[in-house]
Amino acid sequence: MQSLLERNAILLSIAILITVSIGGLVQIVPLYTIENTIEKVDGMRPYTPLEQAGRNIYIREGCYLCHSQMIRPFRDEAERYGHYSLAAESMYDHPFQWGSKRTGPDLARVGGKYSNEWHTEHLINPRAVVPESVMPGYSFMATTPLDFDNAGEHLKTLRAVGVPYSDEQVAKAIEDLNTQATGDDGDGDVEGLQRRYPKVPLGDFDGNPNQLTEMDALVAYLQMLGTLVDFSSVDAKSIER
Amino acid sequence: MNQAIAVPTYNDEVVRKFVIAASFWGIVGFSVGILIAFQLAYPVLNLDLEWTSFGRLRPVHTSAVVFAFGGNILIGSSLYIVQRTSRVTLFGGPTLANMVFWGYQIFIVMAALGYVLGVTQSKEYAEPEWYADIWLTVIWVMYLVVFAGTLVTRKESHIYVANWFFLAFIITVAMLHIVNNVALPVSWMGAKSYIAWAGVRDAMTQWWYGHNAVGFFLTAGFLGMMYYFIPKQANRPVYSYRLSVIHFWAITFLYVWAGPHHLHYTALPDWAQTLGMTFSIMLWMPSWGGMINGIMTLSGAWDKLRTDPVLRFLVTSVGFYGMSTFEGPLMAIKVVNSLSHYTDWTIGHVHSAALGWNALVSFGALYFLVPKLWNRERLYSLRLANLHFWFATMGIVLYITSMWISGIMQGLMWRTYDALGFLQYSFIETVEAMHPYYVIRATGGVLFLIGALIMVYNLWMTAHGKTRDEEPIALAPSASSAGN
Amino acid sequence: MDITTISEMARSSWVVWLILLFAFIIFWALRPKNKKRFEEDAKMIFKDDENGGMGHGGN
Repeated sequence: MQSLLERNAILLSIAILITVSIGGLVQIVPLYTIENTIEKVDGMRPYTPLEQAGRNIYIREGCYLCHSQMIRPFRDEAERYGHYSLAAESMYDHPFQWGSKRTGPDLARVGGKYSNEWHTEHLINPRAVVPESVMPGYSFMATTPLDFDNAGEHLKTLRAVGVPYSDEQVAKAIEDLNTQATGDDGDGDVEGLQRRYPKVPLGDFDGNPNQLTEMDALVAYLQMLGTLVDFSSVDAKSIER
Repeated sequence: MNQAIAVPTYNDEVVRKFVIAASFWGIVGFSVGILIAFQLAYPVLNLDLEWTSFGRLRPVHTSAVVFAFGGNILIGSSLYIVQRTSRVTLFGGPTLANMVFWGYQIFIVMAALGYVLGVTQSKEYAEPEWYADIWLTVIWVMYLVVFAGTLVTRKESHIYVANWFFLAFIITVAMLHIVNNVALPVSWMGAKSYIAWAGVRDAMTQWWYGHNAVGFFLTAGFLGMMYYFIPKQANRPVYSYRLSVIHFWAITFLYVWAGPHHLHYTALPDWAQTLGMTFSIMLWMPSWGGMINGIMTLSGAWDKLRTDPVLRFLVTSVGFYGMSTFEGPLMAIKVVNSLSHYTDWTIGHVHSAALGWNALVSFGALYFLVPKLWNRERLYSLRLANLHFWFATMGIVLYITSMWISGIMQGLMWRTYDALGFLQYSFIETVEAMHPYYVIRATGGVLFLIGALIMVYNLWMTAHGKTRDEEPIALAPSASSAGN
Repeated sequence: MDITTISEMARSSWVVWLILLFAFIIFWALRPKNKKRFEEDAKMIFKDDENGGMGHGGN
């Protein structure tokens, strides 16, 4: 067989393809078929249009290169960052943002830990808030208007790859985007937004009510990270690792 | 070998182009690497502009060194080697080969421009968006046609082992690239797309891709180079051809399983993590088999290492390959990984392989190829090549030792408790502690770049047919009796 | 045959494939009959050396 292979380039190619396919078939496909790969927990919902816009900015700027979103089940990480991350918590993440390096701290549960003002100031000039920080400044975000006119199209695309957005969520994408960024100060349908997206953080995130900026979106995203699953109601056995 | 063999006309024109492109992108990639290394030490260098932040430039660095520098030298070498070991010119003629060349350069420019403008999928080493991915797929299939077509039309009965490695590299990279990049664009007129896979499944797919980009792009392809250039430069056949056969199939089978070691202690199911760890450890054996095979090719001719800097590049690279493929399995063990993951140790590990193995073997290949491709008797200067070697080696040593220290230190600081049972260090204190090591690392990068610039000068002069008037590199007195 | 079926097959029998593959490769690579051939194969890269390469000058 081998002597045949080494004389026949096509056969050799096929043998290589079979040999390299096995690993992927065994490791990837079962993640779709084995039931408990993603834990069943309450509270997970798709991102709001504003959060998704913020997430896209997070991706665009390469934040994942220095910040992980995956807390490991160690005592020190639990104390520093919170409960270890569940697979369920990134079930609507296209793509995942677990990261591979912590030049800065993990952000999986950063939501609600700092105020909107802190985030905005920190993003504009990190060293004004944390003098030893090596993070780049993102002052341009505070003045760049958010470009998400096609929010509905984004939600539809996400639905096509498996995120369960309802027709209502798609139809009201732009409306929800604006309502979230103005909160109770605006005239948007806050109740409707909260019904469509439970636990949605509301308000003018960047401290500038006159304009919807990229900063609004990014801070809205950061403020919801890790806040959806209520661990006090989760059966510890079901998520044991 | 006593029969006279007519040497066919080979297509060296396209190989020359790949060699020039590799040299150019190498300098670009190293320079951006130095810039982002200094950004971590002195954040003011981010300039607070959207196009120059670490987050946007880091993929420029990784893509430039891996796909532009590494990719060009890989494709160029493979086309050089496949012609000579098949004894025919490239399949598809000069046009197809040129399309592969220019198509690949366009891909690189398309990807890099995207990163700077913030167009990215955020999948490490697979950042280009859907349109660049489709473009690359087309180019890659053309490359496969050229390479495999040349093999099919060959005049030799046996397919030389280097070509097996290149074939595995081309086929596997195609498979990984396609599966990892399945995405749906928001609009056919826009750059943004959403990847088909989500969360834990996306993570597994990504690191199945990511680890095998290492395994088949940076390992199998470069091993193909090793199995040709080392025997040629040493002028003796590979130490054990049988071992190379075993090496090939073992690498091919085992590598594809190792991806989950990038996801230890994450939300990836334990069974997958365990599989990944087991196969990573098993990989150590064939890796060292390959290293032994490369280095022992010199057995009985060790003295050449003293007088031939080109061979020294090639053989030292295999030494670094051995070192990195020992460190890799070590870091894939879960308890070690619990310390090393998320820290600079990983960065140091990657660079001991990327600089020590991939770049040094590429430099050796460039020094080998340029005189042959431009029909020159020898390099412009062996002494400059020697100087390059020492600059590169010093740069690597500074880089990996500083990253070992900073990585292990930070990993330990994160988990240190004080006497009262509280975490001793805040996160920012661990960032502050990294500063001196980031400066040392960047300095190592500068040395490495200086070496590469010396090489480019040397190759440039060689291509122009100049030879430097210099003393030959003589054997040290003790060596004259040591050789065979 | 869908991908799940193929995956199930691979999951249950990859060890067998691994063992067969290696047993065969090792047998084939180390078989004394093949020794001479391999040595010839290893030298094929020197055949077209302009200066004769391996066959002539040695080092």
